[in-house]
Amino acid sequence: MPDNVLTLHYDIEGNDFTSAGEASGDVKRKLRMLGISPNTIRKLAVAMYEGEINQVIHANGGHIDVEITPQLIKIVLSDEGPGIPDVEAAMSEGFSTATEEIHNMGFGAGMGLPNMKKYSDTFELETEVGKGTVITMTVNIE
Amino acid sequence: MEQTSAITHSVMLDADKCKGCTTCIRHCPSEAIRVRGGLARITSEKCIDCGECIRVCPNHAKRAVYDELEELSKYEYRIALPAPTLYGQFNNLESVDYVLVGLLRCGFNAVFEVSKAAEIVSGYTRRLLKEGRAKTPIISSACPAVIRIIRSRFPYLCSYVLPVKSPMQLAASLARHEAMEKTGLPSEKIGVFFISPCPAKVTDVHYPIGLEKSDVDGVISISAIYKPLLAEMNKLKDPDIISESGLLGINWAVSGGESSGLMQERYLAADGVDNVMKVLDELENKRLPPLDFIELNACPGGCVGGPSTVENPFIAKARIQMLRKDLPFYKNDYPEKGFGDITLDWNDELAYRPVDAAGTDMATALERLSRIESLKEEFPGLDCGACGAPTCEALARDIVEGHAGKGDCLFFLKKSLEYIFADTKGNAVSMTDENGGLK
Repeated sequence: MPDNVLTLHYDIEGNDFTSAGEASGDVKRKLRMLGISPNTIRKLAVAMYEGEINQVIHANGGHIDVEITPQLIKIVLSDEGPGIPDVEAAMSEGFSTATEEIHNMGFGAGMGLPNMKKYSDTFELETEVGKGTVITMTVNIE
Repeated sequence: MEQTSAITHSVMLDADKCKGCTTCIRHCPSEAIRVRGGLARITSEKCIDCGECIRVCPNHAKRAVYDELEELSKYEYRIALPAPTLYGQFNNLESVDYVLVGLLRCGFNAVFEVSKAAEIVSGYTRRLLKEGRAKTPIISSACPAVIRIIRSRFPYLCSYVLPVKSPMQLAASLARHEAMEKTGLPSEKIGVFFISPCPAKVTDVHYPIGLEKSDVDGVISISAIYKPLLAEMNKLKDPDIISESGLLGINWAVSGGESSGLMQERYLAADGVDNVMKVLDELENKRLPPLDFIELNACPGGCVGGPSTVENPFIAKARIQMLRKDLPFYKNDYPEKGFGDITLDWNDELAYRPVDAAGTDMATALERLSRIESLKEEFPGLDCGACGAPTCEALARDIVEGHAGKGDCLFFLKKSLEYIFADTKGNAVSMTDENGGLK
């Protein structure tokens, strides 16, 4: 492993709302240790947090792999969840398939995927109904 | 107490009392303490003066550095600035005037209630909100420990912090100005003393954030003045009515008090360091509802929970509640014309001051962080603190930075010894029998 790449791996528990956000919190802390600009940290924080929460709510958990180089942060979110049947609808603001219960908890505002796209510099989504979803995002380091 | 750098904080260690027990390192929210050589050591630039270590130390080896009452004699004219929390420390207090007149009999020539300045700050904040002159949600800047958390950990949120003097700083400026007009004395002959529930205020006087210089000359802890003040108060019968603040200002002593001064509902008030950090995290992650104001206090319950108070925070809160019953909501507001030369604004907005950079440049930091990550895997992940660092990750970091060795980890040490005592075939031999006793 070359010295100028930091790789991190997180396993996300499904439906565990209490510890949701710990992985993105840990990455946030590491980015601060790396002296990365506030704006980049904020972009990463929002994009990764939304991805993490999505795995908790929709995918019964998943995995997050993070790679940090001096130029960018790459986040790969993979899960073996139900997949997204209508990607176009899921990408539009306000669209949500979360249950009433989830809404009542303050989640599922339909901003998850749109925010992930908005706060990252590149965003790719691969999904197959019944198999799972892989989202790859990068955030450039300013 | 050994300092690793210039002293910019006010919580200190009494080396004679410290047993090196590691309780403090696990409670410090900024991981600023290590136990080395049997003694706790505080890293100055990481300490936020929250006082958690003072609360949890079983040996009372942590203390806050305050000014002594003897300091008063250095000044010709002395002004006390009582924090409203002081009012919650006394049983059956009929009115605030007992405390204020009592202070006058403890060697002060004048008192200026911090609660009065608090009402002015509330009025000013209402005005900023109404005129849309501040980025919302405004984060209160009254708790210096919270400000230190934000400026070192939440870079993105720095610009949301209210760039306005705290009631203590404003009270000091107004009191000094009033005293100079009244007595004709030069500024240096006037001593302004804050009566404080917490050590963070001491640091805020010596190293004010947002201001060039504080108008406070000294900080006396509530616990130090409690006894002499109570003695004076007990001698009083029907003291003169000199209090000039309403219930709003006094309410600032408890969590939610500052928010209630804004007279609207779109606020959040959180107290206790863990809750404060959680709220800031959620704000950074865009998880909060649209709010106008966020009030954060590092101490549980607000300032009544300060480590230098004498009364339990909930009892103090109940007393303050009862004290307010006959008071008008507020008696002071920010005046239309302002205060002449005395401004409420900070010189600058809060600046990000990272304290946990792993290296001076990205390449070094990345290389170090990679080493920390792989080193961390060699430790058991129990975060037991026996090595003197709060977590296995913190130990890994200390090792990479050259402040500790792998042998500081007892688990690692045990494994190494088992290897040394290996049998003739080179297999590691357990040092302990099935009951955990040494063989």
